[in-house]
Amino acid sequence: MSATTSPAAAQTQRQRWLSILSKAPAGRLEVLWRELGETPDYTLLRRPEIGLVMVQGRISGSGAPFSAGEMTVTRAAVRLDGGQVGVGYVGGRQPRQAELVALIDALSHLPNWRQPIEDRIVAPLVEEAETRRRQRLAKAAATKVDFFTVAREAGT
Amino acid sequence: MSDIASGLADPAHDSQRLFRAVLEAFSHPGRIVTLPDPPPAASPLSRAATAFLLTLVDRDTPLWLAPALDTPAVCDFTRFHTGAPIARQPADALFAVLTPGQSGEGGTPPIDSFPIGTDPYPDRSATLVFELPSLVGGPERRWRGPGIAARQSVCLSGLADSFWTQWAANRALFPCGVDLVFAAGSDLLALPRSIAVET
Repeated sequence: MSATTSPAAAQTQRQRWLSILSKAPAGRLEVLWRELGETPDYTLLRRPEIGLVMVQGRISGSGAPFSAGEMTVTRAAVRLDGGQVGVGYVGGRQPRQAELVALIDALSHLPNWRQPIEDRIVAPLVEEAETRRRQRLAKAAATKVDFFTVAREAGT
Repeated sequence: MSDIASGLADPAHDSQRLFRAVLEAFSHPGRIVTLPDPPPAASPLSRAATAFLLTLVDRDTPLWLAPALDTPAVCDFTRFHTGAPIARQPADALFAVLTPGQSGEGGTPPIDSFPIGTDPYPDRSATLVFELPSLVGGPERRWRGPGIAARQSVCLSGLADSFWTQWAANRALFPCGVDLVFAAGSDLLALPRSIAVET
């Protein structure tokens, strides 16, 4: 990740980071953050606050939107002493995680922090998420039942 | 979005505390109220105007900003901390921050260009915050009306004489009309529509 990434590429990377960070287990993120060592000072622009958002869905992906239900969300915003602003939105009641996500988002504006965060926080979280996903798939696959009377549409 | 001033440190309690101070100012028109521990100013707004916006403005109250104050920094600040939409026309606003000065093109619009409410709903009117250089030291005016025992003498500086003509017209609209707040530094002073100003 060079310092001269295009705005579109920077946005894609930011989306990827925020997605991974907000889905990470709160405790694990805290541990990885501490291992990062010394980090810049910051002030809370919006201290972590818990609220509700309405989740919308679409039936079969093409139908009209409907309100699926409300979910709890924690959000926070921080500003580094250098003026960089970061925001964090996390599902559930996770004040500390929202603050950490916002902090990491703010650091992503600093070129010299991108690589360390990618290598030491984001990459391990991606790997762990992938492991969890495979375990869940394996567990689900073990319960697969073949109904011989029903023809499968595709696959075996 | 890089230079947003920090808002209230503790939004729930700080806004209650500041609301109490604003209420105090409105209950005693002409009395200078020093806001307790106001948040840092979102330049070029004063600390008092910043605190007032953070306390009373939200996503349901369109805000109009005088051209001198309509900077990206102030717009970002109000959007981020209050969610209030920025009104493009004075007639669409429920709150406004104004600078006294020449009215007309690009200047301060007359106060009757803001909503004054209707007879059945006089509450649907705008509240205007005037940024003044100082709340003291100007020509003395005597105010009378509800909340003032006999006469209250007020010496606002930076206001033209024509402003008080506008105010007399606004006063005549009662129960409709706009309410005013004058801000300077961390101090504010309220002028509700029920107050008559002797010229």
